[in-house]
Amino acid sequence: MTSATTPAAVGLGTAARKKAARRTPAPQDGGSTKLHRIERRWALLFVAAPVIGYLLFVLYPTGYALVASFTRWNGLGAMQFVGLDNYVALLSDERFHLSLYNTFFYMLGIPIGLALSLALALAMNRRLVGRAAFRTIYYIPVISSLAAIAILWQWAYNGDFGLVNQFLAFFGIEGPNWLADATWSKPAIIMMAVWKGLGYSMLLYLAAIQSVPRSLYEAASLDGAGAWQRFRAITLPMVQPVTFFLVVTNIIAGAMIFTEIQIMTPTGGPEYSTASTVFHIWQQAFKYQQMGYATAMAIVLGVLILLITLIQFRLNKRSSFVID
Amino acid sequence: MRTKDLSRTTRSRITDVIVWIVLAAGAIFMIAPLLWMISTSLKTQLEVFALPPVWIPEVPQWDTYVRMWQDSYVLSGFRNSAIVAFTVTIIGTFTCSLAAFSLAKMRLPYRNAIFIGLLSGIMIPFPTIMIPQFVMFARLGWVDTLLPLIVPAIFGNIVMIFFLRQYLESVPNSLIEAAKIDGASYWQIFWRMIMPIIRPAVAAQFILWFMAVWNDYLAPILYLNTPEKQTLQVVIANMNVQYATQRDYPLIMAASFVSLLPILAVFLVFQRQIIESIALTGSKG
Repeated sequence: MTSATTPAAVGLGTAARKKAARRTPAPQDGGSTKLHRIERRWALLFVAAPVIGYLLFVLYPTGYALVASFTRWNGLGAMQFVGLDNYVALLSDERFHLSLYNTFFYMLGIPIGLALSLALALAMNRRLVGRAAFRTIYYIPVISSLAAIAILWQWAYNGDFGLVNQFLAFFGIEGPNWLADATWSKPAIIMMAVWKGLGYSMLLYLAAIQSVPRSLYEAASLDGAGAWQRFRAITLPMVQPVTFFLVVTNIIAGAMIFTEIQIMTPTGGPEYSTASTVFHIWQQAFKYQQMGYATAMAIVLGVLILLITLIQFRLNKRSSFVID
Repeated sequence: MRTKDLSRTTRSRITDVIVWIVLAAGAIFMIAPLLWMISTSLKTQLEVFALPPVWIPEVPQWDTYVRMWQDSYVLSGFRNSAIVAFTVTIIGTFTCSLAAFSLAKMRLPYRNAIFIGLLSGIMIPFPTIMIPQFVMFARLGWVDTLLPLIVPAIFGNIVMIFFLRQYLESVPNSLIEAAKIDGASYWQIFWRMIMPIIRPAVAAQFILWFMAVWNDYLAPILYLNTPEKQTLQVVIANMNVQYATQRDYPLIMAASFVSLLPILAVFLVFQRQIIESIALTGSKG
């Protein structure tokens, strides 16, 4: 590993990088010499691809979605303008409400996952035998494909032969038929999501913990602070930017949950108990060809995610100061 | 004093042992489902449904893996996934690097406006625009081809541009000015100077992007209908539907396991870089 990839050189908001950036102010747009004109032309050429891609594949579809959400449209024929009808229909679409409720319900997994991964990160911060091996094992679910993982867990949740119930039977507990039981289907998905994401948040916490100056802990110890006090007064505040980051990115990702739902419960689960909003949109659009209506739902979802993303940008601005 | 120190180290040792045991127990939970996947893929039909569970099949059924290649679309799925993942990441990395160079180090009119405009693209989630995109590609006749998965992505990935631009900010402008004075063209500056400098950042982002494309599922199931045109993730998901009714779980598990192998291999080789770049990506936010 070269020094170029160390946090000091790459990470945002580190003091070293800020100093470096101050030393080398970016060139200004001004100037009208021939050389500058040539440079501007090359610069435009170099940045052209992402700009064109953005216009064609982000901005244009976004505008299109806005228009389509006010129409009745099957995706093939002409759009029939219906005003706010789709949005009004959403207000009384029980399945849409249910899908939103389910989507938010899944987010209960976020605090569970964060608490577990912080505890894990603290444990991994000790000098233990086989630490690297532990890190790898906890991280493998993160890099694994969600499709394969969903298939694996669907089978693990099988009421009769599934791994989960066999494990519970070991303690004399008779487990439910997880994915076929409206009470247990959502907790089942949460459990799997926590398992899958644990390694990722653990790693970010570990990085944050390791960047806390040792002198802080030493000073606190000299003042007679116990382990719990040190955790409350030093560790927790110091990892707060990571917590913010994880909460917000997890909410954004959670709002878009789809793959595990579609694979593990292809019908949306018993009584539609597992259907997420994206799953509902996907069904309406590509199964029932209700493109206009589905787009209206997608717009509502998009606005929700946009708001969360804006909060994230706010918090990030703050967190880079805190990390400094 | 001395005895106190000693007792403290002993206490810390005991804590270490307890922590180690908890971590080890947790590690079993993390890895057990995956080991079960491998073990199930090698079981006979009888062993799959045996109670109590069989962890190590008596006679490993290697034949399942042979069967999988013969009567399913795993091979074409592999090929399609590889085509998409390599095309997207190789061309996309190139366009991202060029754009990052332009945005960080060149005189570009409305540079900040362009950058912020691109950045705003992050705020629009794929599910929101998937329907118009689908209709767009349907009109072009691209449905059931790999093009809708490849074409939008080769125009660049905003997160990667953001990351590389950030990285380039620590490179002194004087270096580039000197190269200009020496008569280097902008292309030469990019190719001979910028690319070598950003190589570590590119490598990290490349691997993360490759994994994301390889594991993608939502876009592929929207666009790909014909079995031999599907990517690996869609192929195994369809096998799951098709073979579950025949209770051929070994075959499904074998295919699932095989679909994980390339990424697992990449991860084990580039573990350090991947872990570091994720820690950085996350903490920088």
